[in-house]
Amino acid sequence: MTSATLRSRAWKLLEMVTTPLLPSDYLDLVSPLRAGADLRGRIEAVHPETGDAATVVIRPGRGWRGHTAGQYVRVGVDVDGVRLWRAYSITSPTNRQDGRVTITVKAIPDGKVSNHLVRRVKPGMLIQLDQATGDFVLPQAKPAKVLYLTAGSGITPVMGMLRDIEFDDVVMVHCAPQPQDVIFRSELHDLVAAEKLRLTEVHTATDGMLDIARLDELVPDWAERETWACGPAGLLDAAEKHWSEHGVQERLHTERFRPSIVVAGDGGEVTFSATGKTVDADGATPLLDVGEEAGVLMPSGCRMGICFGCITPLKAGAVRDLRTGEITEAEPGVLIQTCVSAAAGPCDIER
Amino acid sequence: MTAIDPTDHLTAEQIEELGRELDAIRDEVIADRGEKDAAYIRKVISAQRKLELVSRGVLLFSIFPPAWLLGTAGLSVAKIMDNMEIGHNILHGQWDWMRDPKIHSTTWEWDHVSPAEQWKHSHNELHHTYTNVIGKDNDLGYGIMRVDEDQKWHPFHLGQPLWNFINACFFEYGIAAYDLELGKNLNKRRRKNPEFRARAKAVGRKIRKQVLKDYVIHPLLSGPSFLPTLAATFTANLVRNIWSHSVIMCGHFPEGVQVFERRSIKGETRGQWYLRQMMGSANISGNRAVHFMTGNLSHQIEHHLFPDLPSNRYAEVAVKVRALFEKYELEYVTGPLPKQVFSAWRKVFRLSLPNKKPEVRTPDREQELVAA
Ligand code: FES
Repeated sequence: MTSATLRSRAWKLLEMVTTPLLPSDYLDLVSPLRAGADLRGRIEAVHPETGDAATVVIRPGRGWRGHTAGQYVRVGVDVDGVRLWRAYSITSPTNRQDGRVTITVKAIPDGKVSNHLVRRVKPGMLIQLDQATGDFVLPQAKPAKVLYLTAGSGITPVMGMLRDIEFDDVVMVHCAPQPQDVIFRSELHDLVAAEKLRLTEVHTATDGMLDIARLDELVPDWAERETWACGPAGLLDAAEKHWSEHGVQERLHTERFRPSIVVAGDGGEVTFSATGKTVDADGATPLLDVGEEAGVLMPSGCRMGICFGCITPLKAGAVRDLRTGEITEAEPGVLIQTCVSAAAGPCDIER
Repeated sequence: MTAIDPTDHLTAEQIEELGRELDAIRDEVIADRGEKDAAYIRKVISAQRKLELVSRGVLLFSIFPPAWLLGTAGLSVAKIMDNMEIGHNILHGQWDWMRDPKIHSTTWEWDHVSPAEQWKHSHNELHHTYTNVIGKDNDLGYGIMRVDEDQKWHPFHLGQPLWNFINACFFEYGIAAYDLELGKNLNKRRRKNPEFRARAKAVGRKIRKQVLKDYVIHPLLSGPSFLPTLAATFTANLVRNIWSHSVIMCGHFPEGVQVFERRSIKGETRGQWYLRQMMGSANISGNRAVHFMTGNLSHQIEHHLFPDLPSNRYAEVAVKVRALFEKYELEYVTGPLPKQVFSAWRKVFRLSLPNKKPEVRTPDREQELVAA
């Protein structure tokens, strides 16, 4: 018997010992970050960066496979007891000695998770992690000249790159409302002082939004530079247009943060993605009825919100609880009771 | 309905108003549900797991009587916690709002021979929707007993105190059989139904795993303590079964609880549904330990009104619910555990015999009797 089969037999036996739970349910009590556990991280410190941004130092579990500079990680954080998932760029270099990673979070107004991370989390708390992902990364071959074009918290993935690899010729154009809003400002200025970076700060509160045509004046050789751009959609759209107008679009790499903007309305187009049906629904008819009407096989039970026999994944959009009026937005892993939920705008139900 | 309908004095508008007031109580808890509640269930789960681990550890040495006693007591409590405060409530979806896949009604499995999936159907859906409706709610006597005058008497019922006792001792098996609707499904034609067979198989698998764990693996691990460990797990299961059976009997069987006819729920409004839950359930009074060990089913009335509110909130909800009972002049059936258990058992004995000659009858019932 190979050691692998031996191990799997031993595990089977262990499962018989712990049934109906799994051995991991017990192991999680003592060692939630061990190898083989669901990937989690422990928050070890929170360092404020600006008035509304902070860097969170995380010790990832043993299953963490590392990251490439520029990538992001999805974190699951319990806010008011509810687990919410968000993606944040990793701002630590890949070769950090202590194996910790950092994410830098800017609290956005009404942002449940960002405000929680910036203002409320305490060292010692556990969070859920996914592996790092994203292709907003540097190429294998070192480009001779680099431009980083960033705005607001768009600086975070770029900071991960800046800290990771030094280039001979790097220019950065960064937009923020005021000097004190520039995340990592002192570190950036240190790099400038050490002549490792040329930096232009655009303070939009006084200078106005960056007009992409001004690049010619700020960075005359921008078209020759391998460029990584990250920031609000407006900036990225303008950049993409600008680069392709000059026929150099292959030099531009962009990363869009997609804060899922769901406009909760009253009724909307409901897609039953597993069946491939789409129907219009009003804001008062339970989705269970909408689905059945459309000939979709919907699980159901009491039809009055008490048995949880109708719960179904909400893949996209938003729904309204007909009893409380509460809005639930789609997120991975979100399940809704179709018998007491109605469409609040277009939505996608996995049935 | 019993001869005198205790809700007769309420107008239709009052009943709807009552429904709105109950909805408001529910909304208040939901708006305030959060971190503390999540921390509560996490703490209970972790305590239960630790207690079970330690108890099973102690039982490895159960050849020594004090270890046997200690381990058996601990395991009994752990098993009760698993079924009552944790399993029952999670499977109701009480903690689904946390969006933690590990503490979720769709993924939870409990230390019980009835698979969670089947139990959710028969309990959450059938029992909670049709609470105390004769012929619809099988919990009403579990199909083996007569617990209301309005249920038809059959000579089979003469033995019901015995059936009930046996059911109490092997309650989890009773529940599994009941979830499978064995009585109904065992006839020749239904037995072959593939859907029933699949469900029966699932129960078989679950029983095998549970039995293997409790009566083979753990005793074997105990080596020289094989037999004492076996006896300990048997005892713990027995204690858990009798305990949960008693608690559950107190929920709907004590004197003063109403049952309803099938036709009374036709076109039922939300207010009427609430009212039926109020009149069809009974509480157990006691201290916090009692509430905890019953999985807060001591607040059966509140649980039936709001089956998906987190169990740790029933105590505070109960104060407001009780005030509504008073306001609407309804009887809030409650009492200490021994009294309620006694009351339920007395009913089981009494109704094992046919009804005495009728005293006051509503015309409605007369007709029913004639029809029967
Ligand atoms: S069908 Fe029972 S909760 Fe939706």
